[in-house]
Amino acid sequence: MTVSATPDTIEQELIDFLETRTKADWTATRDLFGEGGLSSLFAMELVVHLEQSYGVTISGANLKLANFRTVKAMVDLVVRLRDEA
Amino acid sequence: MTAAAREEGHPLVVVGAGVMGTGITTLALTHGVPVTLVDVDRAVLDRAEVAITRNLRTATLLGAAPPDTPPGRLTTVTSLADALSGPSPVAVIEAVVEDPATKAAVLAQVSAAVSMGTPIISNTSSIPIDELAAGVTRPADLLGTHFMNPAYLITTVEVIPGPRTAADVVTSAKKFLGELRRTPIVVRDSPGFVTSRLLHPMINDAARLVQEGVASAEDVDALMRGCLGHPTGPLRTADLIGIDNLVDALDVLHRRIGDDRSRPCELLLEKVRDGHHGRKSGRGFYDYEEAQP
Repeated sequence: MTVSATPDTIEQELIDFLETRTKADWTATRDLFGEGGLSSLFAMELVVHLEQSYGVTISGANLKLANFRTVKAMVDLVVRLRDEA
Repeated sequence: MTAAAREEGHPLVVVGAGVMGTGITTLALTHGVPVTLVDVDRAVLDRAEVAITRNLRTATLLGAAPPDTPPGRLTTVTSLADALSGPSPVAVIEAVVEDPATKAAVLAQVSAAVSMGTPIISNTSSIPIDELAAGVTRPADLLGTHFMNPAYLITTVEVIPGPRTAADVVTSAKKFLGELRRTPIVVRDSPGFVTSRLLHPMINDAARLVQEGVASAEDVDALMRGCLGHPTGPLRTADLIGIDNLVDALDVLHRRIGDDRSRPCELLLEKVRDGHHGRKSGRGFYDYEEAQP
């Protein structure tokens, strides 16, 4: 678990994770489910990945697709949840 | 019907805790309907409970759960007789394996236990409903549905009355599906109905193209998505259906219709033999992070 990772590190780790899982190239702002063409079901894998990798719990109003649409949105979510903890 | 279920404790009974059973259970739970989920195998039920917890989160994540509706209560039991001995169910949905004899045995037991007029629903992708009706006590109460996977996300459901299904049972089932925010489309009883009759031979053809080395699975899917607007591509759809279920349904189609396009190709049979059943086993045409029953 990389609980103390910086936003830049999280961003790179997420891009690496996506590239491994999807065998495609990603940027921080590319829409995973729109132009990226990923199935929305993949979003749940991202939820689990963030929880397991960064020690956050994603529930309630945070459990919405908009928070997983781009790498940047996921980094923002992790940083916010860690700050709130 | 969902109000009776929520307020008076009449559960929906779902028989079979595989992919479709867990998906249908998730759908009902998200709408506040209590569900009694039955499977003879406790280990399967335990895995189903994990999958349903995950499915409920996915439904919320994707906006598929009605806001402000607390989930219904889930009960899991290994005995169908126990499940049917409690409060009378609003309906019973059979979602066991796509094998006519197995389904017929379950449906016979259900129909002998529930009160007259309780909709008994066989969820099947291919088996004619009148064939299943042969073994039930009251064929008038039996009808078919063909939910797509994931049942809690896909909003259209094929509904198949048999020739002996009572009109009021069709009306009740459609009403129930409407309350679960599904759109029922009623079609005539026939092997594979509409969706499997069209989709399954096409997936079989797609697998055959990979088998023959014409294109990779990724490229077949990319072409179908990019050129023809298919949402996921046929081979990723195969993984979602479950390649074992797909082969069972193709067998039903092939035996009853005689269409050679429905004879399962060798690549599909090989994946079944190797246990590569798709998303639920963690590997099919694609690899998945984890098995997701």
